[in-house]
Amino acid sequence: MRKAIFKVGVLALQGDVREHIAAIEQIEHGGAVAFAVRRPEEILSVDALIIPGGESTTIAHLAHTFEVFDLIKERIKSGMPAYGSCAGMILLADRVLDAAADQTTFGGLDITVRRNAFGRQVDSFEVDIELLGLHESMRAVFIRAPWVEEVGAKVEVLGSVSMTGAGTHAVAVRQGHLLATSFHPELTSDNRIHRYFLDVVCKG
Amino acid sequence: MSEVKGTARVKRGMAEMLKGGVIMDVVNAEQAKIAEDAGAVAVMALERVPADIRAQGGVSRMSDPDMIEKIKATVSIPVMAKARIGHFTEARVLEYLGVDYIDESEVLTPADYENHIDKWNFTVPFVCGATNLGEALRRINEGAAMIRSKGEAGTGDVSNAVTHMRKIGAEIRRLTSMREDELYVAAKEMQAPFDLVKEVAQAGKLPVVLFTAGGIATPADAAMMMHLGADGVFIGSGIFKSGDPARRAAACVKATTFFDDAKVIADASRGLGDAMVGINVADIPVPHLLATRGW
Repeated sequence: MRKAIFKVGVLALQGDVREHIAAIEQIEHGGAVAFAVRRPEEILSVDALIIPGGESTTIAHLAHTFEVFDLIKERIKSGMPAYGSCAGMILLADRVLDAAADQTTFGGLDITVRRNAFGRQVDSFEVDIELLGLHESMRAVFIRAPWVEEVGAKVEVLGSVSMTGAGTHAVAVRQGHLLATSFHPELTSDNRIHRYFLDVVCKG
Repeated sequence: MSEVKGTARVKRGMAEMLKGGVIMDVVNAEQAKIAEDAGAVAVMALERVPADIRAQGGVSRMSDPDMIEKIKATVSIPVMAKARIGHFTEARVLEYLGVDYIDESEVLTPADYENHIDKWNFTVPFVCGATNLGEALRRINEGAAMIRSKGEAGTGDVSNAVTHMRKIGAEIRRLTSMREDELYVAAKEMQAPFDLVKEVAQAGKLPVVLFTAGGIATPADAAMMMHLGADGVFIGSGIFKSGDPARRAAACVKATTFFDDAKVIADASRGLGDAMVGINVADIPVPHLLATRGW
């Protein structure tokens, strides 16, 4: 019997969907395919979900409008592996600071994130960071990025950023089947985070 | 840690995050809130929407900083603002105010009829309009991190948006079919830098995100523009010059996401009230065409 291909859906309501699909597809011998998902039947068909960068308010708004919000929340709760970058991190967080009024999240990650914590676009930056489990540093791109302000007991902090005057904050976290980064590995050619998601997080 | 701000990757990356979304023109904080609640990915703060600029005439300039700051304080989504073509001091002011993107826009009265702003000199990213590929590449060469097809702003007539989007797409497809030694002449003909021409020929797309603008007034307009290759949509006068802005805004957001689903577009189009009245582009005297500003 042939081994089933592992199916990764990239939530395609809004944001940099194409870049996440490309990052998964570029992984050699990853054993996974990636494609855009937005309808309920598509979301039900995948083995894992990536929530891309974008505007977290817009993505949540559209998820409610098209009645996939509760479905995604339920699938995450029942163990579907998920990875979120930037807006995706906000949407996976249980608690959000500086949120828009009535902003909702899928939740699952026992963390408190602060939205736009590093500032506006003029404060967006890139920097080399060290990540637990990666041998060499990674160029990380932060765009109007959130940071993790508090983590629950079961959350593992994989990486942090120290900013002059703003202290040290977690920017990459994992809790079991859930992974989130404040930054956008999909905007660089470095796909080690996506590989980590497939090889480690998805395999529990 | 040695973090670097304002790199091309950070500027272009910001536009990548807006893909699949709708950016709406707003003239005050109340409209900005309506846009955010409707699911806009960003708002464009300006004093008068293009339809009013067209109706009232006169010189059109950067908005009042107080108005921009009120909008920034009201919404959590990105706030963009317009500077006149070539007006690098308006751009400096907008950068100081902390807007997230500057639109060096033909909708305002140009400040310089020869030079555009040297956008590499700024930390804040810029979006610029283009009617064809050569114009788009000249703007990228000057540092634009995002391009929008111009269309004809303030008309509610989508025909020029279609013309410009098709033109840019066709010129990109033409480059991809050429031999490398033919790209030199192609670059000369479209008055664009050779390196960028070669990059487009190899990638089959612009090196930055391409939105569309100018005359989009209905959910079906927005969806059609997505089919024609737009990464997202700017809607200017089309929303707040219509009968029911909140509903129309939400409907255009839905149609942009589900641009390939006629049922969603049909449902989004129901009971929206009056669309903006609009003007046929063909009825506008040539000196009043905004798309011809910028070179």
